[in-house]
Amino acid sequence: MELVAIKYIGVGLTSIGMLGAALGVGNIFNALLGAIARNPSASDQLQRSALIGAGFAEAMGLFSFVIAILIIYS
Amino acid sequence: MAQHTPLSQFEIKKIIDINLFGFDISFTNSSLMMLISTLLIILSLFIATKNPKPIPTKLQLFVEGIYLMIKKMINDNIGHEGQKFMPMLFMLFLFVLFGNLLGMIPYSFTFTSQIVVTLFLAMMIFFSIIIVGLSKQGLGFFSIFNPKGVPIFLSPLIIVIELFAFLARPISLTLRLSANMLAGHVLLKVLAGFIVTLPLLFKVLPIPLIVILIGFEFFVAILQAYIFAILSCVYLSDAVKSH
Repeated sequence: MELVAIKYIGVGLTSIGMLGAALGVGNIFNALLGAIARNPSASDQLQRSALIGAGFAEAMGLFSFVIAILIIYS
Repeated sequence: MAQHTPLSQFEIKKIIDINLFGFDISFTNSSLMMLISTLLIILSLFIATKNPKPIPTKLQLFVEGIYLMIKKMINDNIGHEGQKFMPMLFMLFLFVLFGNLLGMIPYSFTFTSQIVVTLFLAMMIFFSIIIVGLSKQGLGFFSIFNPKGVPIFLSPLIIVIELFAFLARPISLTLRLSANMLAGHVLLKVLAGFIVTLPLLFKVLPIPLIVILIGFEFFVAILQAYIFAILSCVYLSDAVKSH
């Protein structure tokens, strides 16, 4: 196989990293919905922390994007 | 097609060419946006606090809201002795926030997507943690590598793990902010590029989706500035509080 082809296959494979971010964000909102269903009066505070947590979890998926860019431009 | 890739919006162009002692310190479009955002911050702070009214104007409400938010964040995370970091964290938050939001204007430049800028901000936090920690706690600062309650036979392993976690902090701070900005803008450009290839009659259809995505990018811009500030706050609390 040509080297360029392998490079692009590797770049495509980095999109698997999105799986982890999706699982993480899904988990956070799963827990958020459960918590709001149990205690609706605390939903304001819970939502704020959940959004911050979602920001963290999303960033982990974006690191794979950074690696993809590093592979393309190296 | 070569000059219109989705990544061409992050290209740095020189505006004024300056070369000092062999170092390239040209005035680029990145520095121009940084200058504009700093001037906007100073101007809005100045106008908002010039003659404060009991019933605040919208700008005054915005500035006071951000000030109180940062103050509460420091009080929650560091405690009362953290108030001397207030100016630094306040300006850090506003600088990142204005950088993210100014980047959302079409055809402008997002300087927070440049790793140089975010790495500099993160290293500033990193070195201030070390300096403040060493001057406040002396050698006791190194106890953050060995948390309380760890069994003695595990502590060599824990020290290595904690050391690497500590050294990875500026890198994760850097990459989180710049990757979020980079990915968001690239996503918008790629999706907008799909519209061009559609037949003429269907070009209106994806516009609601694009509008929702732009709204989401504004949300991400504010959220990432907040996360950057709160993480620096949490990291600084390590330096101030003794373990």
